[in-house]
Amino acid sequence: MTIASDTSKHLDWLESEAIHVIREAEAQFDNPVLMFSGGKDSLTMIHLARKAFYPGTVPFPILHVDTGHNFPETIDFRDNLMEEHDLDLIVGHVEDTIESGRAKEEQGPDASRNKLQIVTLLDTIEEHGFDVALGGARRDEEKARAKERFFSHRDRFGNWDPKNQRPELWNLYNGRSKKGEHFRAFPLSNWTELDVWQYIYQEDLEIPSLYLAHERTMFERDGVLLPKSPYNELREEEEYVEKMVRFRTIGDMTCTGAVESQATTVERVIEEVATTQQAERSARADDQRAEAAMEDRKREGYF
Amino acid sequence: MDVLRFTTAGSVDDGKSTLIGRLFYDTQQIFENKLEEIRRNTQRDDDEIELGLLTDGLRAEREQGITIDVAYRYFSTPDRKFIIADTPGHEQYTRNMVTGASTAEVAVELIDARNGVLEQTRRHAFIASLLQIPYMIVAVNKMDLVGYSEDRFREIVDQFHEFSDDLDIKDITFVPISALKGDNVVHESDNMPWYKGSTLLHRLENVRPEATRNQVDFRFPVQTVIRPHQDFRGFAGQVASGKIRPGEEIVELPSKRTSHVESITTLDGEMEEAGPGDSVVLSLTDEIDVSRGSMIVRSRNRPEMVRQIDADLCWMNEEKMRKDRPYVIQHTTRRTQAYVSKVVYRTNVNTFHREEADTFALNDIGRVELETADPLFIDPYKINRSTGNFILIDPDTNETVAAGMIRGVAEDVAPFGAEETVTDEERESSPNVVWEGLNVPRENREEKNDHKAAVVWLTGLSGAGKSTIAKEVEQRLFDRDHQTMMLDGDNVRHGLCGDLGFTPRDRKENIRRVGEVARLFFEQGNITLCTFISPYQEDRDRIRELLPDGRFFEVHVDCPLEVCKERDTKGLYEKAETGEIANFTGVSAPYEEPEDPEVVVRTDEHDVETNVAEIIDALEEAGIV
Repeated sequence: MTIASDTSKHLDWLESEAIHVIREAEAQFDNPVLMFSGGKDSLTMIHLARKAFYPGTVPFPILHVDTGHNFPETIDFRDNLMEEHDLDLIVGHVEDTIESGRAKEEQGPDASRNKLQIVTLLDTIEEHGFDVALGGARRDEEKARAKERFFSHRDRFGNWDPKNQRPELWNLYNGRSKKGEHFRAFPLSNWTELDVWQYIYQEDLEIPSLYLAHERTMFERDGVLLPKSPYNELREEEEYVEKMVRFRTIGDMTCTGAVESQATTVERVIEEVATTQQAERSARADDQRAEAAMEDRKREGYF
Repeated sequence: MDVLRFTTAGSVDDGKSTLIGRLFYDTQQIFENKLEEIRRNTQRDDDEIELGLLTDGLRAEREQGITIDVAYRYFSTPDRKFIIADTPGHEQYTRNMVTGASTAEVAVELIDARNGVLEQTRRHAFIASLLQIPYMIVAVNKMDLVGYSEDRFREIVDQFHEFSDDLDIKDITFVPISALKGDNVVHESDNMPWYKGSTLLHRLENVRPEATRNQVDFRFPVQTVIRPHQDFRGFAGQVASGKIRPGEEIVELPSKRTSHVESITTLDGEMEEAGPGDSVVLSLTDEIDVSRGSMIVRSRNRPEMVRQIDADLCWMNEEKMRKDRPYVIQHTTRRTQAYVSKVVYRTNVNTFHREEADTFALNDIGRVELETADPLFIDPYKINRSTGNFILIDPDTNETVAAGMIRGVAEDVAPFGAEETVTDEERESSPNVVWEGLNVPRENREEKNDHKAAVVWLTGLSGAGKSTIAKEVEQRLFDRDHQTMMLDGDNVRHGLCGDLGFTPRDRKENIRRVGEVARLFFEQGNITLCTFISPYQEDRDRIRELLPDGRFFEVHVDCPLEVCKERDTKGLYEKAETGEIANFTGVSAPYEEPEDPEVVVRTDEHDVETNVAEIIDALEEAGIV
């Protein structure tokens, strides 16, 4: 038996739990929204949301925060997915946030729009009056997330206070909120990266081509392999090289690193993930800025 | 691959973080970059790396040097995915331990071999017992620091048993380990040849969590209604316990309306059966009003529908419990208001002693009675972890302030301590009901007797002929060398139920007691014949539920009321008609005919001989005798 096909019970268990959480979010809140990044976790989320309400349709819209620095593949994939499943898409543009003067673009060679998208996200949530945003974050991604709740309470400013979270017992989720507060809901909390890949394989989900090994023009910066893009400028002693790479997460082109890989199918990705020695987010330049980087961004409302 | 959830609890120094780090390290779950980070931060004099750093979390906690919340961690071996709820062990974090324990199927209890059993060991074990974690593994850690001494290990095992016998923990395993050196965690130790048991990981890989889920009592709390078009109306939810198939009869609570399951729908197609944990959509054959907070159950296996609840409660909020204000209670998918009507006692989590109390503060655990605005559909937590739990929410702050484990209906209280209720583990591990502490299991008695045990329940109007038939059945069985016992309405009312009258409530209690007694005789291997008017279906069903499938024979001794009146063997109908006796079944109290009895005997049409043969035939057919 290969790792890819060793699926069965644990995936059923995780799927069932995730569906339960999605339904709880839908039932307990007035105006939910599902966050979409274009990555594998969020497309898994869309699949689960479809399952949760079948034979009905997904009863809430999908929200994508477009940094303007996305891979073109991501946008194509997103639009196809929405059309195929007749989903209602809302796009928040970081560009608009910058133009309105609500945020300033980071300067310098390491500039990233990761922090900026928090402002856009919160603006869009407020504009539409969403009271819960469902996301595909997992507890295994990063140390700061190990204590995250399924229903994560945010204050008026979208801030996460690690000390002020409600205890979650059994499968009882408390989503009672005051006007103006909102929640994040994380149905994939108990999944690992390998679980997600195995599930994608089991369910035969279409994934963006970026996740599979492909030839691409890359350059190396601080040990991270970054793609050539209109938003990155080479520094001294850096040079472009052609490589077979795949991405393990999909974010901004400015800061999403790739790994060298020959895995051109989901099955082979799974084999690689199962044996890999590099934690997933380590290919993202923004996490390496500080050891507690994720925690800082979480407090500010980043996913 | 399946999933196992376990919880660990421990203080700063007992090596809990090191143990988790060791599990990860030896099963190769630590990523290279994390390992480097750990090496960077290690401040040890020896060569060992600080495995504990792997599990350390938020910055604030790092500064304080303690873990203050439940952290969830993941690792897997080829056949099992593990979810660890890692909780702090200090008394002020009791609520975190309770949270971690709520979803755990195994509790890993760490003991420092140098210190032996401490107060916190007792506290953890108490919480594991209260939250009904089915398996416990006691890992006696730091064996390297006591010279890997077998005597020391045995001493600690004895210490543990001294107090754990007072608790309700089904399955305890002891493993001597050194998390730091790696002895008996993942790999077998060469340092303790005297230990023949399995390693900690091996034990974790081999416990059977599914055996502890209640597969018997079908409970389906409705989360939301799905109505894509006029022709389909489905009820989405996760099966809390038990199983259901299309075509089976169900009842919706609170309406008590019955219908049948039309289909079990998922995106992947229709299912032939849904079991515990499955997220599905049920549709029914009839249009009944079902909404979020409804519960779909089998018509013959229902939870209690009540507004008074007797429960163990753990208070989780800085603000004390108040009896003069309502809370919101969340039970399955149902929410209503609840008052704490009574604080029965507070339990000292270190000594297990009960203390008088009139309120609970943060981390207090004790027993209370609650009154709710709307009825809830409850099962005792010991029998059903899924429908026996609830939380209380402060309606002003919306915080979750308490976690509760239901004991039962507030007026129908079971005694404290190791209880006589059947736990779902016991129900599940074998469909034959077995009590804890039964020295000789029923199966052995049955083998010796050369027949199975059963309860034959004869129900019918007074004068229908129940006793006459039962006596004859018993005599025949006795003549065949079978073990028998007969319980008769009049007899038990002299002694066991001498304090009860004939109001509906007293009748209910009478039947409840008889059921329990019948069950005792049943466990002793007897074919137990019970002759009781037992006019309510609900009461008879409850006794049915006490017994394993196929061992309860409901016999309707059917005879028209007129014939019974005519017979009036005891002169009771006459007294009832004149009002001398109140609440007399058939005259001034109702009789609910059995809905689906195993046997119906008609005493007005057939003679005793025929009736007796019908019952014995049924027992033979079922393989009892």
